[in-house]
Amino acid sequence: MARTIVPFGPQHPVLPEPIHVTVTVEDEIITDAVPALGYVHRGLETLADVRDHVQMIQVVERVCGICSMIHAACYVQGIEEMMGVEVPRRAEYLRVIWSELHRMHSHLLWLGLYADAFGFESLFMQFWRIRERVMDLMEATAGARVIISVNVIGGVRRDLDEDQCKWVLSEVEDVEKQIRQLQTTMLNDYSVKKRTVDVGVITKEQALELGAAGPCLRGSGVAQDMRMTGYGAYDDMGFEPIVETAGDCYARGAVRFRETLQAGEIIRKAIAGLPEGETSVKVRGRPKGEVITRVEQPRGELMYYIKANGSKNLDRLRIRTPTFANIPPLTAMLPGMELADVPVIILSIDPCISCTER
Amino acid sequence: MELECTTITRETVVDEVTKMKNDGYRFVTMSVVDLDEENVDLLYHFDKDLEVVNLRMAVPKKEPVPSISGVYFAAFLIENESKDHFGLEFDGLVLDFGGTLYLEEEVQRTPFCKYGVIRKDAEAAAEGTA
Amino acid sequence: MAFMTPTIVKNFFGKPATRMYPITTREPFSNARGELYIDVKECNMCTLCARACPAQCITVDREKATWECDPFECVYCGVCVDVCGRKCLHQHDQYRAPAVEKFVMHEQGEIKKKPKKEASDSA
Repeated sequence: MARTIVPFGPQHPVLPEPIHVTVTVEDEIITDAVPALGYVHRGLETLADVRDHVQMIQVVERVCGICSMIHAACYVQGIEEMMGVEVPRRAEYLRVIWSELHRMHSHLLWLGLYADAFGFESLFMQFWRIRERVMDLMEATAGARVIISVNVIGGVRRDLDEDQCKWVLSEVEDVEKQIRQLQTTMLNDYSVKKRTVDVGVITKEQALELGAAGPCLRGSGVAQDMRMTGYGAYDDMGFEPIVETAGDCYARGAVRFRETLQAGEIIRKAIAGLPEGETSVKVRGRPKGEVITRVEQPRGELMYYIKANGSKNLDRLRIRTPTFANIPPLTAMLPGMELADVPVIILSIDPCISCTER
Repeated sequence: MELECTTITRETVVDEVTKMKNDGYRFVTMSVVDLDEENVDLLYHFDKDLEVVNLRMAVPKKEPVPSISGVYFAAFLIENESKDHFGLEFDGLVLDFGGTLYLEEEVQRTPFCKYGVIRKDAEAAAEGTA
Repeated sequence: MAFMTPTIVKNFFGKPATRMYPITTREPFSNARGELYIDVKECNMCTLCARACPAQCITVDREKATWECDPFECVYCGVCVDVCGRKCLHQHDQYRAPAVEKFVMHEQGEIKKKPKKEASDSA
């Protein structure tokens, strides 16, 4: 059999961001895959040396363009824990609402890109059409479409009044209805299944050993979701993780699709239980110590390690993003598959490269 | 606030990590913290049933660290990253990008070191003159 | 493909999802964070905004009482608006229109508390 090395990326029609994978194929079957990064490395972690710990909120929001709010929520959660700040319950609820809106729009974005990867253009357009309404929801409630910048140390900057809550509820319901209309296409369609079932399989043991995170892990049958730890107001949401067992691209897609609908449910619960009160507390002083915080991003578990010494700038800020954890599993998914499946498999981990390289 | 950590050394790191793997822990990541001009802290983070377990190891920057990528393959990425950012050397790295995972070959600085700048090839040069 | 057909047919005969931008534009949301502007008459040149800005795009000169902002560095986060003690910083509800050349917003404020400043200068 002839051995050929095919460079995949960094520029490829299915890739929203640059990642390079050196794929070794024998005829059409992949035998080896080696990823290479470094096309969008910015070194944002070192910006902590020149920006103070409050300004860093806006910096960490820009680690990822899609789940920016959740990055900031994780960061402020860590700083609050270090400083012993008691965040008002209303602020925690509002953080949940915006987090879930972010999850919704991120998953819709991914579902669209995924449909594009297996060549289903009309499905792609339809998902993005729905996503636009979620973006409008965020702009109307928080002031911006993606980088909504609502988190401050000690709470949130914006509040939702009663009219807005009602409007959000009705919009979310409508969005859910539209997503449900696509459920049969996404989960039962012949051509979708043909491209995704039994493609890029990763077993439960492999996923755990390779440190997979998020839908990659849950798609392989491991019920692990940081929201189960009940950070913020998630302890009141009665959260149950969504798990699929097959471990293939279809399972990962199904997890994300169902999570999109679940996000709507959580928003409804959060708005129904939204407590009265302040949205932020005044925080004085500077953080000192070291802390690890973890939250669940649309792509999986996000971990921040923060070390501070009581001065204006942080000592060390380390961000471990979910895609960073999902790249080793990707190298295990590819061997044995056909070259034509590479785009679908790479997309199935929901790669966010600017997150990965920071 | 202090972080709960088990302190390990360079001699025991591979054994400790292997023990973690046998206990069914999932490798989350590793953090490198610049301590002073000479030393860095390596923190290994593991997860089991939503609980984080940390291992801490202080090492001098100039000396190579045993790689755990032989135990947890997933560690190759973060070890390569640390090599880029802090100029650390890892012994037995299964997939070695040679300090070019993020950076270009001509970059000689180790950008994440706060205290002074060490050259990646400083060690080789020092050995050459000695 | 069959499951998708009703949606496609509906979209085909329905209203388009997009607008004929820039001929028709959507009403901006009332509290969206857009272009930054300053009511410089109210400003007392305290430099709080310049120090808080994460993008460090604001420069305030107390001596000359000038307030400068590089609108192309601004990230529309609105932190300066929050910290302003005199509430003289505001944001429009729409983004700044694209421009072909970069420029710096330059505002000349009144030089207040003159006697005190002269005293400190001579000292």
